[in-house]
Amino acid sequence: MKEPSIRRRIIYDKVFKKIIILLTFCSILPMLFLLFFITSKGISVINWNFLTQLPKPVGEIGGGISNAIIGTLMLIGIGTAFSVPVGILAGIFLSENRKGTLASLTRLCVETLQGVPSIVIGIIAYIWLVVSMGSFSALSGGVALGLMMLPVIITATEQTLKLIPGSLKEASLALGVSYPRTILKVILPAGLSGIATGILLSIARVAGETAPLLFTAFGSPFMNLHVLKPINSLPLMIFNYATSPYPEWHTLAWGASFILIILVLALNLFTKVVTKRWKVQF
Amino acid sequence: MESTVLKIEKFSAFFGENQVLKEVSLSIPQNRITAIMGPSGCGKTTLIRCINRMHELIPDARVSGKIFLDNEDIYATDPIIVRRQIGMVFQKPNPFPMMSIYDNVIAGYNLNGIRLAKDEKDRIVEESLRKAALWDEVKESLYRRGTFLSGGQQQRLCIARALAMGPAVLLLDEPTSALDPKATSHIEELIVQLKDTVSIVLVTHNMAQAARVSDFAAFVYLGELVEFGPSGRMFTAPKDKRTEAYLMGKFG
Amino acid sequence: MLSESSFRKILSAAGAFILLLLVAIFFSLLIASLPAIQSFGVRFLSSSTWDPVRSEFGAFSFLVGTLATSFLALLISVVFSIPISIYLGEYSAQGSTATFIKSMIELLAGVPSVIYGFCGLFLLAPLVRSLEMKLGAAPYGVGIFTASLVLSIMIIPYSASIGREVISLVPSDLKEAALSLGATRFEVIRKVILPYAGSGIVAGILLSLGRALGETMAVTMVIGNSNFIPKSIFSPANTLASVIANEFTEATGSLYLASLIELGLVLFIVTTVINLIGKLIIRRMGVGE
Repeated sequence: MKEPSIRRRIIYDKVFKKIIILLTFCSILPMLFLLFFITSKGISVINWNFLTQLPKPVGEIGGGISNAIIGTLMLIGIGTAFSVPVGILAGIFLSENRKGTLASLTRLCVETLQGVPSIVIGIIAYIWLVVSMGSFSALSGGVALGLMMLPVIITATEQTLKLIPGSLKEASLALGVSYPRTILKVILPAGLSGIATGILLSIARVAGETAPLLFTAFGSPFMNLHVLKPINSLPLMIFNYATSPYPEWHTLAWGASFILIILVLALNLFTKVVTKRWKVQF
Repeated sequence: MESTVLKIEKFSAFFGENQVLKEVSLSIPQNRITAIMGPSGCGKTTLIRCINRMHELIPDARVSGKIFLDNEDIYATDPIIVRRQIGMVFQKPNPFPMMSIYDNVIAGYNLNGIRLAKDEKDRIVEESLRKAALWDEVKESLYRRGTFLSGGQQQRLCIARALAMGPAVLLLDEPTSALDPKATSHIEELIVQLKDTVSIVLVTHNMAQAARVSDFAAFVYLGELVEFGPSGRMFTAPKDKRTEAYLMGKFG
Repeated sequence: MLSESSFRKILSAAGAFILLLLVAIFFSLLIASLPAIQSFGVRFLSSSTWDPVRSEFGAFSFLVGTLATSFLALLISVVFSIPISIYLGEYSAQGSTATFIKSMIELLAGVPSVIYGFCGLFLLAPLVRSLEMKLGAAPYGVGIFTASLVLSIMIIPYSASIGREVISLVPSDLKEAALSLGATRFEVIRKVILPYAGSGIVAGILLSLGRALGETMAVTMVIGNSNFIPKSIFSPANTLASVIANEFTEATGSLYLASLIELGLVLFIVTTVINLIGKLIIRRMGVGE
């Protein structure tokens, strides 16, 4: 049996390490390119008018994305209002019931919901809300986003609460505090930072979503604050403008992309800061 | 003649099919310190957890028999009320980490939604912290979170928190086993001072501590109450062979 | 204030709500696809005709498009995500470089899909077009190849982060045993770490696949929107998700809509199965989320 020489093995080892490092650093290049391009193409478009005006018809100079920004905020608001209460309660249910059939099934459903493609969520919101109400609406879009936020919030709540030591619950119960009060006034506050992180992460996830809004919120060239009417959003607008044949609209789409990326990055950064500052030590 | 604050009558406790306490009958005297001793797993912790009705929180847990607090059957009352009258301090100090020292002491009231005037609250906090021999050390930092306190101070905070509810009985579950010797002796001094205010049941596996601190002692073995009597006599002339063997360190 | 039993009932109701939600999702899709299921039956999956005029619909071209883009993307992404897992899990687990790389990878996952599509359309497609011209293929610029490239970048973070975790969980005494026998780092990785973490890495890849299958916007913008079976890697095509995105709002007639929804049902079932298998493997390996 011929044994590979030690020198050769050492060379392989060195080469391997270099390849690994090369491939790793190569993989972040697309990210850097992307950030660079969006910034360079988008930043020149940003000005006060851009942020506060409505989009203008094709051919007219200028126009802005104000309705898309408001629309994004409204949709996120509706989604949050729908998903946070249910999500936190379901998360508490799961953390208080480690075993049990209902709990296991629920956990399975949460994981399944997490993986449902966003376009399928859009179809569901369409079937449930658009068909029954007869029109596209901010509400259906918001609910679609809320469905996508639910599993993130539930999982974050469950994981956070599971980490809270049982002695805290015992201390409260031993003082004669009832179980509901113990959960709501002792356990939940102790887990606040983890739950807040979950909510923020879920918002970051849906802020950039387009597919579930394609046939729910649908988009609109107008400013709309009415929950039952179609509404625009940043990602929708980017999609519509980018795939249009008009170069002026492409430029606007770069500007909107820049804003959207800043929004998503800021959310992620904010989440990290919140997690650190509100963390309770046990 | 000692008056009785807690009467335990033929009390048994089960975890599913497993019987952990076997028809224990015991009278806890008022304003005295009663130590409950025994090797690990003998059921002493289960016993006190049955007294403040924490045992039943475990799924599959069951009890039979009666326990009377001042002639009221505690198993016929709402457990929440029982727990306000019978306080507990745990082995590992567990102050609420997100509350200030002040809020920790008054937590029993706040969490139960009991509204008190500010000066009433201040009075209760100061009184409880004084009783727990912690007032002088924390009076300047009442509004800071309790987590910077040492282990011994945290435990005294937990004692203050339990005392603030004005319980008739205070259950202490091995309160010094997680503390260093100096903190331990502070707590032992404190316990002795407290018996004028409240009746104390002290679970401990530390025989020397029981001998130092308690007026009465009960020896529990394999779920049975083997012997009960004044500490002086128990430690020098135990009646039961099993008590004697335990005291000589023959088991657990 | 509430009693304990009422509170517990509310909690259980919240759990049951989630259960009902998922059941409702499945049945809504099923019921809404019924017209198409009844008209086409199993042929739906094998027919590549997609003709709104004659009301004849078949999913085959989209299945091909979906599988082609997803697997090609998976192949390309694995070339990068496994090295990243090894780098972050073994070579450089702590330190500022590691944190930087980790943040960059997390960012990859955070960029909205539509922005990937936008950049893919305007930055990548022209490059692919010139490549196609050099190779003598039809210079669409968009198509399966472009979509796979964009998709591969998007799914790197999913397999990379799970791979990193399972690799870092390999017990150090195993590694030290191998090193003490005189193995090089490369050999320890090849013979100890990768076999041990193998199924976890596969699970991460499965999760990436699940993500790729369901990805809509980026793919829609660069796949070329053609309802025919793609002939080559540079042909335009459509995936299950992209055809829904393109045609849903234009769908006239209930059979058309039902067929699109049936595509959604197929997508739902396939992604669910793949994701659950992946999560099952991960749980077996005891990786904390």
